[in-house]
Amino acid sequence: MTDILKINENIIPKFPKHVRFRFNKARKEWVILAPERLVKLDPIAVEILQLVNGERAVRTIANELSKKFNAPEDTILADVKEMLQDLSDKGFIEENG
Amino acid sequence: MDDVKKQTNLKKASEHGIQAPLALLAELSHRCPLQCPYCSNPVQLEKKTGELTTDEWKSVIDQAVEMGMHQIHLSGGEPTVRHDLEDIVEHCTNKGLYTNLITSGVLLNPDRLKKLEKLGLEHVQLSFQDTDNDNADRIGGFKGGHAKKLEVAKWVREVELPLTCNCVVHRQNIDNLENFIQMALDLDAERVEIAQVQYYGWALKNRAAFIPTPEQLDHATEIVEKARIDLKGKLVIDYVIPDYYAKHPKNCMGGWGRRFLNMNPKGDVLPCHAAETIPHLKFDNVREHSLKWIWENSEAFNIYRGTDWMPEPCKSCDRKEIDWGGCRCQAMALTGDAKNTDPACSISPLHSEIFSMAAEEARRAPPEFIYRRYGVRFNSPI
Repeated sequence: MTDILKINENIIPKFPKHVRFRFNKARKEWVILAPERLVKLDPIAVEILQLVNGERAVRTIANELSKKFNAPEDTILADVKEMLQDLSDKGFIEENG
Repeated sequence: MDDVKKQTNLKKASEHGIQAPLALLAELSHRCPLQCPYCSNPVQLEKKTGELTTDEWKSVIDQAVEMGMHQIHLSGGEPTVRHDLEDIVEHCTNKGLYTNLITSGVLLNPDRLKKLEKLGLEHVQLSFQDTDNDNADRIGGFKGGHAKKLEVAKWVREVELPLTCNCVVHRQNIDNLENFIQMALDLDAERVEIAQVQYYGWALKNRAAFIPTPEQLDHATEIVEKARIDLKGKLVIDYVIPDYYAKHPKNCMGGWGRRFLNMNPKGDVLPCHAAETIPHLKFDNVREHSLKWIWENSEAFNIYRGTDWMPEPCKSCDRKEIDWGGCRCQAMALTGDAKNTDPACSISPLHSEIFSMAAEEARRAPPEFIYRRYGVRFNSPI
């Protein structure tokens, strides 16, 4: 059991053990799977979550995405934090370590 | 039997714009050492001799993945009675299905859990009948059950499997609701399901023993709402209220034949686990048809898909594609016709009569349980 996580740029996010971020081949879509939960994801969320590996910090994720999409890092960082906070509140993301 | 005559013109899944189902509830066996009087299995339990073989289940799993299903819930009865559970779990995880075991736990041991975890099992849902030891054993009809479950929960966490505590609540344990939540925290569960009894099959026969008063229910809902705020980010609390006291009916299964499949131990494919309580439905079996064919074509699915079948007041209701008319099995059980508006809906003409009767039952002393067993005979149908 972890305490409530507040996502900041230094946090290293990961998926809890019971949460799977998986590509469904038949449907050709990425989803988050958890007990009796299925979360469909928009393309931006998929980009972010593909970088969540329990090693990258939130700041690193935002940095890589800003390079990939040639977008301002501040804006991306805000989006990444917001999305991960939402998923964390629902129990789909936790802090590594 | 009007329903049956009209079947030739039924629209199929694709004609309703319905995609592949999301999840499969696989009842591997109806055998179970417990005898919970609210069991979701049908009153006519399937015997071991009729159960699908390992290879038949593997074929079903292959088909489910090809269709695009995301999750499988290995359930029962008690799924661990099957000695091939390990084979089935391994096959599910090899194929990429999110694999969930729904168990009473009483037949598990640490070695078997460790093995299941190694084979890729992703989650365990462990049922609890109460937090009070003696009452839990009485409800489950299995002495020593509760103590064993507490041990099993520890073993689950020792092999680092995620845990959900499944707690079915009713008038005979609802005063322990806070204890249920605390128990889930103490057992280091990620999630707790607080589900009020749903009244079909066995539970309907025992309704007077289980149905809470409206006051008990309101109190329970307050406790859950507070705990959800206090434990946000620590413990996920799923809560199912008894729809008898709801204003709108539940959108049962997300609509008939829209999202889920249920398979019983002999391979009949059902729109929900209670569908066998609707006597005129004929179910197709995976020994005769592919899962995909059944999802698209089976009359038992197509008969209540969409909104064409609805009578009034559903037909002109602006919630008809939200609630989908509520629950067909409940309509069958309480009104004698599965097409009727689920009486849980406050707009149903039978709502007040049926639910004042249930509320009256809740105020009287609870009767003895009718335990879930093979071959129980009932004197009068409800």
